[in-house]
Amino acid sequence: MSAPAVAAAGVWKYFGDYPALRDVRFDLGAGECLALLGRNGAGKTTLLRIMGGLSGTSKGDVLIDGCAVRASETRARIGWLGHSIGLYDELTARENLRTFGRLYGVTAATVSEWLQRVNLTHVADAPVREYSRGMRQRLAVARAFLHGPRLLLLDEPFTSLDDKAIALLQGLLTAARAEGVTIILSTHQIREAMELASFVALLDRGKLAHFGERTAEMLNDPGYLYRTFGSAA
Amino acid sequence: MTMLRHAAAIAAKDLRSEFRTKESINSTLSFSVVILLLFSFAFDPSPDMIAEFGGGLLWMVFAFAGALIVNRSFARELPNDCIDVLVASPASGASLFLGKAVACFVLLFGIECICLPVFGIFYNITWWRSLWALLGVLALGTWALACVGTFFSALTVNLRLRELMLPMLLYPMLIPALLSVMMLTNTLLTGQALPPDFSVWLRLLVGFNIMFTTLSVYLAETILVR
Repeated sequence: MSAPAVAAAGVWKYFGDYPALRDVRFDLGAGECLALLGRNGAGKTTLLRIMGGLSGTSKGDVLIDGCAVRASETRARIGWLGHSIGLYDELTARENLRTFGRLYGVTAATVSEWLQRVNLTHVADAPVREYSRGMRQRLAVARAFLHGPRLLLLDEPFTSLDDKAIALLQGLLTAARAEGVTIILSTHQIREAMELASFVALLDRGKLAHFGERTAEMLNDPGYLYRTFGSAA
Repeated sequence: MTMLRHAAAIAAKDLRSEFRTKESINSTLSFSVVILLLFSFAFDPSPDMIAEFGGGLLWMVFAFAGALIVNRSFARELPNDCIDVLVASPASGASLFLGKAVACFVLLFGIECICLPVFGIFYNITWWRSLWALLGVLALGTWALACVGTFFSALTVNLRLRELMLPMLLYPMLIPALLSVMMLTNTLLTGQALPPDFSVWLRLLVGFNIMFTTLSVYLAETILVR
């Protein structure tokens, strides 16, 4: 039997004495899409950062396809899109993507192809600081997808996107899922998340209050999850 | 090889960013030239005095100017959380460190090469008599500054008072390297015959560089992933 795409085994994370994550455990199969939900400060970003290798655990471990997160081969399979765009304002869109492309062994042709897919070819040689917010977000999406990741970690990817950008991102995520890419996204926009998700996890003050398949109730009623499994339930 | 390729990509990116914004270059260059100019007027040194403290003066300027450059090294990654994307990439902490240290080295060495003729003019020194040896010693001293500076830049990048903390950590650690490079530069600037302790200072400087480069490469991953 093959290892799960993502396995969290008793993950604890302390910031000083405060436990930001408390014994988080779950297995997620390849090609699934997990919507990571929870109130502000529930630990969603902390968990995503640990899965992306940006932060270590205090106790427990996270394995990606059975391998340690910080292994170079593992990180080459992960696409990361955080709160911020992760791009250099003084460089052009093409230079940004070429820089990250070099780290992932991506060719210049692939960079041009992604610039086209996010409709930025016409401004590819302008500095990112001259871009509108939507254009910057689209470029950030291209940067995260550039190397064909097998696991996408997205931290509130729909925040501050306009309708067109949300549609573009949803299209890319749907296509990625069809190709068997595993997706984990944290969000407060429950409706968008439920449309994409096959699994749902609810974090409540660092504890995993619920982990399971997305049901029809969750899709039809955005408040159902918090009412049923949240701490006020 | 992969590590070197990643380091080269990081260094190229840092240099491109710096040449586009000129944030560190402008401040460092103007600071260095102004200090050299002011000291030449303040002391009006004789050739004997220059033989005594020429190397010290030059490296005092380079050390302070260097702090301006290394301070930007990891701070450049803070806007838009670019540091997260770099740490999440397949590039190891060691290659990130090496790339950034190389970029700092190139910038610092370039500024030193501009400052040397300025120093020669203001202080009336024929500094090119041992040109290659002088450039070699400058390169070794610059690597010490770039390597230790980049390491502490990574360590202090998330601190609110990093501009204050970096020099406080950097300069005490650099004392052996600065001592060596000042003594060596003094000798080479004046074109005197090499004294017997020349090789001792040279070995100290080379040893310092080997030790701190190894240590920084080894610890970079631990510092960057918290």
